[in-house]
Amino acid sequence: MTTLTSLARARAAERGHAEPVCTVRHLHLSDRPLVFVPLTLAGEACAPLAAMIGDDPRAPRLLTVAQPRNRDQRFAFTAELAAAVIPYLEGFSAASETVLAGPGREERTRYCDAPQVLVPGPAAITFTRMLGRSTRFRRTDGPYPVPALVPLLGRWLTFLAEHTEIPGSCLLVAATDALSLHWATGQSPAEDLNLAALTGWISPPAGLTGSQAAAVAEDPLTWPPAGPATDPTFDNEVLAPLMEACDRAAVSGDEPAMRRARLALDQALRSQLIPAWELMWQAVGLLRSLPPGGHVAARWDADKDAFTFHAGHLRDGGPPQPRRDSAVAAARRLARLERLQASYGAQRAFDDPLVMAERRLAGEAFAGRVTAAEPGRVDRSGRRAVLRPRVTVETSDPVLAEEGSVVTSPARPAQEARIVSVSMPGGRPAQVVLELSKGMGRGLTAVAGSVPAPGEQVCYATFHDGYQPPPAFPEPDQTPWTHGGPLQPYVPSDEDAQEAWS
Amino acid sequence: MALRVGEAATRRVSIGFRPEGGAVNVTEARLDRIRGPIQPRNHNARTIAALSSNPGCARRAVMDAAGVDKQQVAAHAGFPAPFGQSRFALSRGNAFEAQVKADGCAELLRLLREHLDLPIPEASYADLEEAGGNTSREARYARTRALLARAAASGDDAGTMFDHPLLRLGVGGRPVYLEPDLLAFKLGHQFHVVEIKSFAVIDGQADGDKVAAAVIQSAVYVLALRQVLGELGCGPDLVADEVLLVCPENFASRPAGAALDVRRQLTVLRRQLARLERIDSLLEALPPGLTFDLARGPDGAVQRPRAELADALAVVPARYTPDCLASCEMCFFCRQEAAGTTAALGVTALEDLGGVEHIATALHLARGSADAPGVQAEAAVLLRAAARLRQECLGEAV
Repeated sequence: MTTLTSLARARAAERGHAEPVCTVRHLHLSDRPLVFVPLTLAGEACAPLAAMIGDDPRAPRLLTVAQPRNRDQRFAFTAELAAAVIPYLEGFSAASETVLAGPGREERTRYCDAPQVLVPGPAAITFTRMLGRSTRFRRTDGPYPVPALVPLLGRWLTFLAEHTEIPGSCLLVAATDALSLHWATGQSPAEDLNLAALTGWISPPAGLTGSQAAAVAEDPLTWPPAGPATDPTFDNEVLAPLMEACDRAAVSGDEPAMRRARLALDQALRSQLIPAWELMWQAVGLLRSLPPGGHVAARWDADKDAFTFHAGHLRDGGPPQPRRDSAVAAARRLARLERLQASYGAQRAFDDPLVMAERRLAGEAFAGRVTAAEPGRVDRSGRRAVLRPRVTVETSDPVLAEEGSVVTSPARPAQEARIVSVSMPGGRPAQVVLELSKGMGRGLTAVAGSVPAPGEQVCYATFHDGYQPPPAFPEPDQTPWTHGGPLQPYVPSDEDAQEAWS
Repeated sequence: MALRVGEAATRRVSIGFRPEGGAVNVTEARLDRIRGPIQPRNHNARTIAALSSNPGCARRAVMDAAGVDKQQVAAHAGFPAPFGQSRFALSRGNAFEAQVKADGCAELLRLLREHLDLPIPEASYADLEEAGGNTSREARYARTRALLARAAASGDDAGTMFDHPLLRLGVGGRPVYLEPDLLAFKLGHQFHVVEIKSFAVIDGQADGDKVAAAVIQSAVYVLALRQVLGELGCGPDLVADEVLLVCPENFASRPAGAALDVRRQLTVLRRQLARLERIDSLLEALPPGLTFDLARGPDGAVQRPRAELADALAVVPARYTPDCLASCEMCFFCRQEAAGTTAALGVTALEDLGGVEHIATALHLARGSADAPGVQAEAAVLLRAAARLRQECLGEAV
């Protein structure tokens, strides 16, 4: 957070209503997202209890487990979940497009669209990762066989969960993260993890202020938690007796009693899930009301590439994701995440003046009016005369950039601007003289509109979203001894496949 | 979730342990009065860890020192705590601990052999849950102390496990009893603390928050064990810096161990405990008749008027932060009281807004409608700049 978002929080607290912290939407929203609201049994490492899933707000599908500690019932649940998820995912591999992409503009074929799974909060992403981990190594033959879709589901869930680490990726999105990226509430970030409270601040029901709606949302009877953890009182007073009834019916072999017990359990779990299901679609509506930012489509293209690549990996019979990354793979991934983080930050600022304002406040960018311009200035000091127009920008922002450093304008991202001088007359706006190169055509006369004219409002940032070559890493078989030495290729073992899940 | 074994109902009001402690008795009498005529609640590692994470909160310090049942007080004041414990979590925790300790701690011995190079196949086991049928704190503490003293003195190489020891630690200048769910294991000339937790370690990784909580709790035990042994004239080296955390591995319930270095947490804890204001000086600032007694009638019904209880609570200053929501039963009461402060928006917001205490003040400074006194001048410049930028982007004044 920054002073700007904290100020928005303060104002939201005063007004009793959430405040925007973005002017555009910074994430891609699918026309047909898959909403997934899982519940787990308290105390267990990864025991699914129920899930509500579907891509149609009017047709949620409820999956439940009568005894989450029973291994067979867990796998029956994952098989049902797979039957709901995999057709959705694979539906996106019907149509392909050919594009020119990458630094070398090489031809690449990818699917025209990719799936988007929405879950309530970060804890549901952790659950997705765990469920993926506990199912992706399973085998369909040998001891403890599972249905074929179970390990496939595990590999897709792992793929989706791992992709949430990539800044700006939208394949799997937590609703609370997405909403708090765009709005500041009058409560703390810890309280924003409650989806009902968060949507209450942003869009309170008629007759209530945001703060009143958030207070109501904290009552687990009105608004059961959006999972994966259930309300402990619900566990103790409702769930436990219903589960015992199912267990008793199973032991006695009484079919009608079993049906009645299952029905009662399903109804109770549905009552816990329906409010979260509705909140999820409300969140989708709130996010859709914002116009998308300029770079959102390009980031979604990268998601489509990743989806296409993983679908191909599965089709070609590639191995499941290993339990742990190898040293080289981890170092590569980390370097990539760092580059993407910087680029995501730059793209958001370039797309959204309010995000740029945060960077301006931090002294990483400045905005103001052009007061003077020499569009025809030619530098003849070198061997060859070059076009080097100069402009003077008057700004009230603090300018921390030093003379000689290069800044970029969101309006002209291909153009380089070098700071020639900064003068800060006491108490008055600063005057920054910039020398421009690139992006003005080939001759010694700048193409019309390529040089900012006096009176134009401009913004210059010390960061940019250009291509940065990845650092060099050794091949996995050249891993230095400091990092464990050359890598033994990962081969899924029987032990992986037969791991207990009790 | 850790479980608390043996929260016996038979607890007596404890009197200070220093023989010359007239002052201690005065403090005790005041704390008894604050609590009212009910059994005090024991401290445990979790409450001490929570206390040391927010050492500036006098309300929590006083209520914990007096052994007040914060859950009930908060509920009667109209702000019941937002957390309960699911019986599924509880039974899972109990089942796991029982499994680790089953068959003469067979599983635990396997882990001790792996992690501490335990040379022998077996170890003796001493349960300290009661002392000759007496479950009072004093009796249990005396027995723990006696057994630890004997073990420390003997050069015996055989491993000995101590289950349910009752320890004592000085908190806020006053000794508190600790009801730990731990095993202390003595091998050779060193004691090792063993902490059993039922959260899973998957592929060598576990939930960071849960591990952090387990480590700080273990550090409390190490500190308390060192204090008990220190009173017996032993050096701190006698208790190892490394604790053994026992958790279920992957998705099964098979126990796995991990040795955790708690030196950093020990340093933090010692510093925080030293910073904790002495309970007597906190009490001095409070009115002598202060009590959080719910005045239960013979039928168990609460007779204390709600408003009166809330007023009594308000006398003791609290330091609310949103972190309290996860660890303190009084959190909703204090949050309501802290409405309008920047701290209620989170530590980051408090810092971002230049440390200004109230939201209204911060907004006045941002709008330029309040004079900024010297200390707030810097904050005012930043806030005004932020307000100008928001107005420029959104077209409306902050």
